[in-house]
This record gives sequence, structure tokens and C-alpha cells, in this order.
Amino acid sequence: MELIVQGIVEAARRIVTLDRDVLDAASASLAVSGTATALSIAIGIPLGALLGLGRFPGRNAVLSVVNTGMGLPPVAVGLFVAVLVWRSGPLGGLDWYCTRPAIVMAQLILAGPTVIGLTAVALQSVDPMLRTQLTSLGATGVQSAWLLVRESRLLLISAALAGFGAVISEIGASLMVGCNVKGDTRILTTAIALETSKGEFGTAFALAFILLALVFAVSAVTTWAQQRPRPL
Amino acid sequence: MSAILEARELRVVRGGREVVRIEALALEEASTLAILGPNGAGKTTLLLALAALLPSVGEVRFRGMPVVDALAFRRRVAVVFQRPLLLDRSVRENAELGLALRGVASQVRRSRAADALARLGIAHLAERSALGLSGGEAQRVSIARAIAVDPEILFLDEPFAALDAPTREALIADLARVLRTRRVTTVLVTHDRDEALSLADRIAVLLAGRLRQLDLAERVFANPADPEVAAFVGVENVLPARVESIAADLTTLRVADQLIEVTAEPPAGDDFPLLCVRPDDVVISRDPSTTSARNSFAGTIVRLEPIGRRVRIVLDCGFPLVANVTIRSARDLALAEGDVVTASFKATLPHLLARHRAA
Repeated sequence: MELIVQGIVEAARRIVTLDRDVLDAASASLAVSGTATALSIAIGIPLGALLGLGRFPGRNAVLSVVNTGMGLPPVAVGLFVAVLVWRSGPLGGLDWYCTRPAIVMAQLILAGPTVIGLTAVALQSVDPMLRTQLTSLGATGVQSAWLLVRESRLLLISAALAGFGAVISEIGASLMVGCNVKGDTRILTTAIALETSKGEFGTAFALAFILLALVFAVSAVTTWAQQRPRPL
Repeated sequence: MSAILEARELRVVRGGREVVRIEALALEEASTLAILGPNGAGKTTLLLALAALLPSVGEVRFRGMPVVDALAFRRRVAVVFQRPLLLDRSVRENAELGLALRGVASQVRRSRAADALARLGIAHLAERSALGLSGGEAQRVSIARAIAVDPEILFLDEPFAALDAPTREALIADLARVLRTRRVTTVLVTHDRDEALSLADRIAVLLAGRLRQLDLAERVFANPADPEVAAFVGVENVLPARVESIAADLTTLRVADQLIEVTAEPPAGDDFPLLCVRPDDVVISRDPSTTSARNSFAGTIVRLEPIGRRVRIVLDCGFPLVANVTIRSARDLALAEGDVVTASFKATLPHLLARHRAA
């Protein structure tokens, strides 16, 4: 119990004094996970819209692949990306191993299916008559899709936040492809694992509190978006 | 008047089943046509096919030309559905939506949407979110959105069905005024006879996906084409009759053991027509001497059924006869099951149907 109390006191001190190591890890986490999430939104929402609104051969098979992707084990993704960016791998020329772009790539593979899948579900849950109404008002297919995406924006925010939530707390892939380099690829989760292994519980607690705060914020926004009333 | 929209040999097949088949249907410019039928008759399917929102087989012509470019056609018409189907935006933005999709400049959009909202009596809601509207207000926005695009045809798919009675009546009155003043060609789908009578010039009765009668509204109700149409438009008394004699302006018929005189002529060559009498046209009294109607019978009340503000009376007059009276009349006459009363109707009110069409 004393260990926990000491850890919490030390964590509070490090947060209040804006400890350099804690801030570095937090900002690295936000940078890589933010970039990965932004990319997954840019790619995932159009693809999710296509899956949610489109009807084409093989659509169900693609949805199955996407749904499977939502549960990918981070270490498997880490292994896959590590092989890709390894010096002798297919993308070895990029020299990304142990860099932030490698972590972003791994996190994109983890977050992408979540954003695609949840976007498809969000658009499928839109009243089909609303789509007919938009068509009747003279909307083209693209106009209709854009309006439906806008109409589902809160659910799409939830999808994006779910993607962010999935990668901000991930450790396996980031550790494998980022190598946990201090001041560069050391993010919240990898730093927590390292500090815990060293017995530096205060630092580990401080990092964990920041991580929990981020996850809680994501959760709160998602809940607000999902509970908002809709028009008749 | 000329036909703005015509359908010929129009068929809609869903799940391998033919749900609508229309041989010919013409919509006259600046008129209101009600497509009237019970639930499941295919009314909405027909409306969606006419509005180019559903694949169909056959020919639909708009202003004499086949509808080939569905998008271009849809941008000249508008549809209002049973539910308002508004976007999560302000009332004004919802009212402008059809115009925005047509690429109309924002200044013009704003002015036309404001005009449409004013016509529907909801100008004061313009900046409100569509989220907080009541059902009646939301449906007014939906109609304003359709009116704002100045459609050449306005399709209305049971737009009042989800509203409570006072809201519905107020909206029908306002819509009737808008349609009249702007001379909007309108197709109204409804199962409600009163709505059809309130708004339509002509009525198309659709039963089981087939057009059974297309005529002036009052004629459909006064002279239904066949027993099924008669039943749907509220003519509950469809009685097998035999022609006894035909005088200059009076046909005498025998129904069971009773003689009935009507001014309607029997269908040519049909000595066994069906006599149609609307329950609202049957007068019930306690004293036989109080009626001047040509047809008057003593009948035993078999059943009394309160329906809304009226009471439906099933009589045995030697033949079954249904009458409708107000609750107040039923109370004043102290009607009770088993009572013998006088049922009468004028010779000018019934009409005759050919029996061979009953199949």
C-alpha cells in the first residue's frame, strides 16, 4: 500500500513540475497516435462510406476482412511492420525502423479497420428513407453520400475516437517497430512498461494518469456523441 | 387541361412478385390526384415508381417525353414522405436543401425557403434546430422544403398519417390553400377517404396493385366502379337485386322480399344488378310517418357499434342494411339492439353496379 501511495505522490510531483521525460513521452504519444488517427480518418471514412452505402459484389467479404482487422493483435502487426521496414525488408530503403513513421504505420494498420468498420456501421444505421428523401430532392450519389456522412458526423467522431483509443493505449507494435528510443519513439505505453521494469513507480504512475486522462476524454466525447438526440 | 405525367403499362416487381400493374394513368396539370387504397395496396410503390425513385417496367412520360434521365426529372419534382426526414440542421437549412442540391445561389435559396416557410406558417422557426420540432412542425418543414423548389409535380406519400387529428386537420387546410394558390400539380397517396376528398380533384382507387377506378373525387364516392371499390369508399350496403320494372325515370328492384325504387338506371342488359347504398344515406326513425323517402322499411337492430363520433347500426330489414347515425341521434332515438325502427333512403341516392364485375 505504501508503495502505491509513494508512487501517486511522486506522480503528482512529476506532473505538477512538468517533468521532461513525462512530457516527452506524452507529446510523442499524441504525435504518433494523432497522425495515425488522422490518416485512418482520411482513408477510413471514404472506404467506410463506400462499404456502408454501396452495394457491390464481394462487399460482405470485404466487411468480414475489415471486422477481422478490428481485432488484430498489435504484436502481430508489429512483427509485420518490423519485417516491412527492416533494413533488408521491402520498405528497408525508407530507413524507418526505430522511427516514428514506423510506429505511425503500425498504428494506422491497427486503427484503420476500426474507423472503416465503425463508419460503415454508422452509415448503415442511417434511416434508409432519409437516403430516398435526399435522392428525391435531386441529390446525386456523391451529394447523397456526403450529406449522409455529415448527418452521421457524431457517430463518425466516435469511430475516429475509437481508432485513437485503440492506438494510444497500444504497446506491442510500437515497442517492436519504434525500439523505445528516449526522447523520440518512447511513447506513454512503452515508457510505462520501461519505468515499471526499473521500479520507478512514480514516473510510471504519472505516465499512466496522463494516459488514463486521454482515454477518459475520448470516452466522454464518444458517449456525448452517441447520446445526442436526432431529428424526426 | 393536358397530362403532365402519364404512365402506361407500368409494372413494379419486388422479390419476384408483381406488386403494381397500371395500364394507364394520366395526371393533369394543376390538378390533385389522390391515389386511394388500403394498406398494402401498393400506393407508395406506385408513387415511388412515378417519382423515378424505384425501378419499374413500362413507360412514364413527363410533359410528353419519356423519363430517361431520372436525376433531371427528380430535380423538377418533389416528394414528401410520411415522416419528415429532416437533417440535423436549422429549419432554414432544411428548407433550402432541395435548392442547394440544385445549385441555386444562396441569396435566392434563402428568399425562396423563407417564402415557403411563411406559406406553411412556420417562418418564426427558421433559425431553430430541426432537433426540437414537434411532429406537426417537422412535417410543415418537410412540405416547405418541397414547395421551396417550386416543383412541377409534388408527390405526397401519406404526409399526415403520423400526426394527431387537430394537427392533421390544420395542416391539411394550410396545404390545400398552398396547392390552390400556387396551382401545384399534386399526387397524394393516402388510405384516408376524408384526406382524399379534402385535397383531390380526382381519385384513383388502387386495390392489390391494380387501378380499379379513376374518376372525379365525388363520382368515386357516389358511383364506385365495383363492389370492392364500393366497400373501400364506405358503401357498405351492396345488395344483390333483380330488376322488376323500368319506367321513365324510375327503376323498381326486388331485394329479398322488398321492392326498392331508384332513379339510377341498371347497367345495360343486366337484370340482376347490385344495389349500392351508403350507410350515411340511410335515415333511421322511430315513426314511419316522419319520412318522405320513397324507400322505407321496418328493420330490427341487430347490432349497434360506436365508431368515433358515429354509431354504426346493422339492421335486418328482410335483407341486411347498415346505417350510420351520430352518437347524439342514437341517444335521442334511444336505440337498442332488438328494437324495430324505420330505415329509409331516397330513390336518388343509391346507384347500381353490374353484378358480373363483382368477381
